[in-house]
Amino acid sequence: MKNRINQLFESKKKNIFSVYFTAGFPQLNSTTDIIHELEKNGADLIEIGIPFSDPTADGPTIQRSSEAALKNGMSLKLLFEQLKDIRKTVKIPLILMGYFNPVMQFGVAAFCEKCREIGIDGAILPDLPLEEYELHFKKDFEQNQLHNILLITPQTPEERIRKIDAASGGFIYMVSSASTTGTGKKVEDFRQDYFERVEQMNLKNPRLIGFGISDRATFSNACKFASGAIIGSAFVKALEPDSGLKTSVADFAKSIVL
Amino acid sequence: MKYDVNEKGYYGEFGGAWIPEMMYANIDELRRRYLEIIESPEFKNEFEQLLKNYVGRPSPLYFAGRLSEHYGTRIFLKREDLNHTGSHKLNNTVGQILLAQKLGKTRIIAETGAGQHGVATATVCALKGLKCVVYMGALDVKRQAPNVKKMKMLGAEVVPVHSGNKTLKDATNEAMRDWINNPEDTHYIIGSVVGPHPYPDMVARFQSVISKEMKSQLLEQTGSEFPTRILACVGGGSNAAGAFYHYLDDEQVELIGVEAAGKGVETSETAATLQVGLPGVLHSSKTMLMQNSDGQITEPYSISAGLDYPGIGPLHSYLFKCGRAKYLAATDEEVLKAALLLTQKEGIIPALESAHALAALEKLKLKPDDVNVINLSGSGNKDMETYLDYFGY
Ligand SMILES: Cc1ncc(COP(=O)(O)O)c(C=O)c1O
Repeated sequence: MKNRINQLFESKKKNIFSVYFTAGFPQLNSTTDIIHELEKNGADLIEIGIPFSDPTADGPTIQRSSEAALKNGMSLKLLFEQLKDIRKTVKIPLILMGYFNPVMQFGVAAFCEKCREIGIDGAILPDLPLEEYELHFKKDFEQNQLHNILLITPQTPEERIRKIDAASGGFIYMVSSASTTGTGKKVEDFRQDYFERVEQMNLKNPRLIGFGISDRATFSNACKFASGAIIGSAFVKALEPDSGLKTSVADFAKSIVL
Repeated sequence: MKYDVNEKGYYGEFGGAWIPEMMYANIDELRRRYLEIIESPEFKNEFEQLLKNYVGRPSPLYFAGRLSEHYGTRIFLKREDLNHTGSHKLNNTVGQILLAQKLGKTRIIAETGAGQHGVATATVCALKGLKCVVYMGALDVKRQAPNVKKMKMLGAEVVPVHSGNKTLKDATNEAMRDWINNPEDTHYIIGSVVGPHPYPDMVARFQSVISKEMKSQLLEQTGSEFPTRILACVGGGSNAAGAFYHYLDDEQVELIGVEAAGKGVETSETAATLQVGLPGVLHSSKTMLMQNSDGQITEPYSISAGLDYPGIGPLHSYLFKCGRAKYLAATDEEVLKAALLLTQKEGIIPALESAHALAALEKLKLKPDDVNVINLSGSGNKDMETYLDYFGY
């Protein structure tokens, strides 16, 4: 079967609505409910966050959700357990996103195999650099048809963007600006020159823009320069109040894309 | 040299630069330029002048006669406590501030636990007129109030960190986040031989002045450059790296690092990473870490804020693994006793961190002719409250 990420980008070229949430938050067992509600409300792609004790690339919102998830008892093992039947009901591509250490302790090969078994299409591990990936783990990912999604930033030199493009198979994650997650930016804060520069590079992979995308305005602006955009902290924040998952997810999705 | 970092930033299987892409530009620039800069005659000259006239080096190597008599051996103290600002930390911050200037950076950030590295960073920022922001766990801000005030008087902004356990690890997380958000004008002065390559090697080189001086001082005082053994406390491992550096290839010299056992390595309240840890990735380095089976970093504990860290520099993980250095652990109680012993035998009040190295003397078979060098990494001034509380003076 063709990887669902590739299928998505082939069938939809614009306004791909991609959402991140932290597994185990707000409740330990929210994971599959959130996935179902997101799919129902129009999400094209979901990034399931593996919580980590020391999320150095994340701002306060995802720090809080990660800490709460760990307190709730979430672990990578349990997450795989929660997801084991997810493909019976969910069609859209699913990506696991987290820091390298929990994956390393699980075993990278075992992690990739488990992803294939369940039907996970990609992984984003921000602190697994390109060089380590290519040297040690590429084989495990490829054998299991798992895309390793790599990041680029406004500071990434052109030559390195080319290298990252060559090593990528699903899409390229464009970090919107030099920042951790959840900095709540306005459209004016984004470096359009960077978006345009990368757009003109004619990369072989499609791009999604993430970090600081928090509302309709920033989402649609980002979509002008890429195939779509990723919303993380703003969605996690929308889950914080206890108004019930169904309403929170539906209201949130409406506020961005409808 | 056999124990040098390789070109990819590894000591054996440990080290590397496990950085998110957001840090790539800065780390890559450092990696490409640090050796060329710190090996240049101009840099060397400036660095040596500041070490001599500002830090107050060379620090004395002092023969501790009464302590030697007590243990029936020969004990020398390398007096890093006599440096300006009271610890070895200034050797590194002086080096890094000069480097930051060569890189054209105008804003400095740092993490601190006990506040010694924070004070050392705020000090060199005042010296060079650079903006300084120090991240410090909210718990440590409370525990180390005098150092917080010192940093502020030196002109630094101290940012309390409320995430996690509110100690050194969390302060380091927050400093890294700051760097990610300020990639262009900012240099991050890491306070120990931890973090992504080239930090462990760079900080070890700046601290290596300790063992360089030791060699000539020992030659002068004992007739040989080579002691029987060198003991140093290990948090991240920078004072130990500096004290071991020029002896790494002299295999006849025994190297002993002493970690903080806290309430005991068999309890959960410990910071003895090498005794209880496993390889993992934290703060952009592959090294030994205190963690659970899910790969979550566990909270360390030590009476000394400077050793209260769940990791250790990759050089030490390697020296431990290949057996070149030996690592012991001392409990809070053993450490307090050792601190009191030094105070009353020699009239020197050591930092709680440094007292870990002293406490290890109890655990060794010492012969009368042995030459033991203790790296006395810092002064006890910052720990008076803890000492007074415990001893009830
Ligand atoms: C006096 C002193 N010694 C040792 C340490 C531990 O650091 P390292 O292991 O890097 O020498 C500290 C840290 O704050 C310190 O203040």
